[in-house]
Amino acid sequence: MTTVGGKKREKIDRLAELSAREDERGVSLWQDAFRRLRRNPAAVVGAVILAVFVLVAIVGPFLVPYSPTDTMGIREGVVRVGQGLIPGHSAEHWLGYDHQGRDVFSRMIVGARQTLLVGVVATMIGLAVGALIGGVAGAAAGLGGRWGRWVDGALMRFIDMLLALPSLLLAVSIAALLGPSLTTVMIAVGMVSVPVFARLLRGSMIAQSNSDYVLAATSLGVRKSKIALTHVLPNSLAPVIVQATLTLATAIIEAAALSFLGLGNPDSAIPEWGVMLADAQQWLGIRPALAIYPAVAIIITALGFTLLGEAMREALDPKLRK
Amino acid sequence: MFRFIVRRLLQLIPTLFGLSILLFIWLRRLPGGPETAILGERGTPEMRAAIRRNLGLDEPILIQYGRFVRRMVRLDLGTSISTKREVTTEFLQRFPGTVELTVTAMVIAIGIGIPLGYLAARRRGRFLDHASVGGSLIGICIPVFFLAYILKAVFSENLGWFPSSGRQDPTIGATRITNFFVLDGLMTREWDAAADALMHLVLPGMALASIPLAIIVRITRASVLEVLNEDFVRTAEAKGLTENVVRRRHVLRNAMLPVATSIGLLTGGLLSGAVLTETVFAFSGIGAFLADAINQRDYPVLMGFIMIIAVVYVLVNLIVDLSYSLIDPRVRVR
Amino acid sequence: MALLDVEELSVTFARRGQRAVRAVDGVSFSVDAGEVVGLVGESGCGKSVTSLAIMGLLPRQPGLQVGGRAVFDGTDLLQLDDRSRRDIRGRDVAMIFQDPLSSLNPVVPIGLQVTEVLTRHRGMRGEKAAREAAQLLDRVGIPDPKRRLKEYPHQLSGGMRQRALIAMAVACQPRLLIADEPTTALDVTIQAQILELLKDLVRDSGTALVMITHDLGVVAGMCDTINVLYGGRVVETARRRPLFRQPRHPYTVGLLGSVPRLDAGRGERLNPIPGSVRDLLPWPDGCAFAPRCDRRVDACVGEPPELVLTHDGRSYRCVDPAPVAGLTPGEEVRAAAPGQAVPGSAPAQAVPGDPPAVPGLAAAPSEEETP
Repeated sequence: MTTVGGKKREKIDRLAELSAREDERGVSLWQDAFRRLRRNPAAVVGAVILAVFVLVAIVGPFLVPYSPTDTMGIREGVVRVGQGLIPGHSAEHWLGYDHQGRDVFSRMIVGARQTLLVGVVATMIGLAVGALIGGVAGAAAGLGGRWGRWVDGALMRFIDMLLALPSLLLAVSIAALLGPSLTTVMIAVGMVSVPVFARLLRGSMIAQSNSDYVLAATSLGVRKSKIALTHVLPNSLAPVIVQATLTLATAIIEAAALSFLGLGNPDSAIPEWGVMLADAQQWLGIRPALAIYPAVAIIITALGFTLLGEAMREALDPKLRK
Repeated sequence: MFRFIVRRLLQLIPTLFGLSILLFIWLRRLPGGPETAILGERGTPEMRAAIRRNLGLDEPILIQYGRFVRRMVRLDLGTSISTKREVTTEFLQRFPGTVELTVTAMVIAIGIGIPLGYLAARRRGRFLDHASVGGSLIGICIPVFFLAYILKAVFSENLGWFPSSGRQDPTIGATRITNFFVLDGLMTREWDAAADALMHLVLPGMALASIPLAIIVRITRASVLEVLNEDFVRTAEAKGLTENVVRRRHVLRNAMLPVATSIGLLTGGLLSGAVLTETVFAFSGIGAFLADAINQRDYPVLMGFIMIIAVVYVLVNLIVDLSYSLIDPRVRVR
Repeated sequence: MALLDVEELSVTFARRGQRAVRAVDGVSFSVDAGEVVGLVGESGCGKSVTSLAIMGLLPRQPGLQVGGRAVFDGTDLLQLDDRSRRDIRGRDVAMIFQDPLSSLNPVVPIGLQVTEVLTRHRGMRGEKAAREAAQLLDRVGIPDPKRRLKEYPHQLSGGMRQRALIAMAVACQPRLLIADEPTTALDVTIQAQILELLKDLVRDSGTALVMITHDLGVVAGMCDTINVLYGGRVVETARRRPLFRQPRHPYTVGLLGSVPRLDAGRGERLNPIPGSVRDLLPWPDGCAFAPRCDRRVDACVGEPPELVLTHDGRSYRCVDPAPVAGLTPGEEVRAAAPGQAVPGSAPAQAVPGDPPAVPGLAAAPSEEETP
């Protein structure tokens, strides 16, 4: 009895000690979110897909068996498009040739880098422009009084205009302005996502501006510009970062759509999945696989970004935190 | 309510005004002009100048803009450079096709998306839930034009269930009234024409529906899950109401609020985003025509179409806001 | 026989990959017809889960286990199928919730939310249901009921909303009403009004009321019998006066000590209970309250304390209760074996009227209980 009871008593004393101590130490939003991300299988799957994708994009071009621009199939006479002959997979060419006699496997691997570049740059453009507009509007609306409301109103009218413009049309006219190229695609895709980022950051900042800690800071006499930059903005960023992850997925898909409409890089020498998919539409009758490879690659990559983005959204959602 | 509508419509004016300035500057900055499109590379400088003078493009841009605004006020959008027909006529001929396509897509997306999202939420964590969440993820990630090609290849070329292109079989010789082909068929009692137009809508409608369907499933599911946790659902259960009443009156009516908002945004986006689907199915709506107009530098068509689309977009969102205030009494439009 | 007999009710939430949580761990109490019974305890002690389990309103989720019995008028509510449970809910047993705003459907007019109960259980429709609904609103003290029927919850004040919820609950004259912290979300003045209303309704209709609260003031003003819950078990049961005058369980003592008193000297400090409900010992290992208890002794640990029935009809679950002046521990009748006695029930005849002010003299030996 004494030993068992004694042990148990120790346990209780420890518990009692715990209860008397301060509440458990604070965990930051990001630490907590990261911990929950690791437990979410969807996030892990998304992260693994993206890790493979990025790895291929970085080291892939050094490992491919053939040059992605070498038209060896034509040279060797195996690919004869006129006769409807585009050979499929073989031991030497795992995914076969494309219509210009190039090795599809090498093009897929090397294409990962361009595809990643298009997605990242387009998202960065959208994020930078959108966050600038949304940040100014949000700060002005949340803290700026009458004059701020005017600035916010004007900026939001501008965003309304962008939204009312058909997004593909926006892209098409940018392409017309700059001529078809990869840069065009990146700018066009980026511009389309500007209103989304702008509205998101603005809404998030206005919500934060109405919170009690801003009131507290204001009553302590902190300057408004400082409140906006050091308190409101950092606390408003979570949804924007989530949206950026999701936008990476749509950017890659939209880039493919623009290539399909003939606005992408006309020089198909540099492989990019969107362009490859667009090119392959012509040969659907002969070898549909030419379209399926890049399409599946695009879908899986987009899936990776979406899974990770959605999981991040869940992890950062204060409503779901304990 | 009335004042709310008026104020929103008044807000439209500065938006349109700004948009027109933006467009005007932008379009005029595009390299080349209609004369290049008409003459190609061969035209002499004299011929080019003549065409520009004819179209009034040699005048200062401010005067051109002033002329455009004066016409706009009279609701005159001018004449297309490439087809030589009134822009309004062109619009009325092509826009109905896009509307039909958009409506079809939204009917598919809403009709499947809301029930599926609801069931997924009720069977949370079970097979149907995982399947619909996974399916909607893929739906978001699949390029629309690729899906369109797959649908066309499978259901049209291989199985032959649906026509592969166009809006209607021209050999039917249907009567045109509104240019909404299905509606025309019903009004003139040409049932075969209506049915044929409907068949032409199925595949492009499905392709176009993929993204809104995926989004509606996800939003409905999330929204239902949230509402199921609400206290008032527990109150309804505590009253002993039948499952059916709890579902319809207490869960769904509240869960529909965020769905309604997203439906508005999606519809507006589809109206302008149908270009890809229209291209794959050679479906004559405004999408393909607009893409052509850019290549042709057909300024009046571009200005007119984009302005009207902007108005339609704003109107759709106004309707959504109004219907929102009908479902949610807390939102009083003033 | 009691109207509601809850015996050894237990509720366990098990989540995949996580330790199962026993939110309610063998709660027993009973409610007689027309009686007002209080369930008192800190948040997290399992009082709300108890009421939801009785009503069958716990969110259906994998890993949820409900054990024990809740016998209402001869039928065990926990064994009923979904349909018969829906038949009883709202008609025989009704419930009022804590937050009146979130407990009302924001997009359905008040009128429909009242009439839907009438339609469901009393078959009333249309004009007839509307008239009855207006009468109900009038009865719970909502002025201009005809107009209110058409309004939405957000147009009503907090007190009005709670009145509307009460109207829905009493629409079918239930025999048992469970009120889960009905006044917590309200202003103090409104609280008093709502409590008065509940008291009146219970007195007029003979409805039994289970009052769930952490507010001892509410309990003092309303309840006939009080059950104090800790860590998912009833730790003390007594009639109202004896409990306030002479709390036995250290937790009850602590609860009463935490309430500021007007008659205390200005320099006197409050006596909060240290720690929080989270720091509890699992019942099988001893008394759950032991880690926070200032009367802790060795015997508190090892096995759960047995339920003790005392000579004055009270019961508590403690090995070293607060002493009663003029009464040596030996004079108390100890009925061990919790399984044999009906735990938690305080027979009304044990306390005829309320015992006089001097503790220890109240209970005549003749009123001693035998198990």
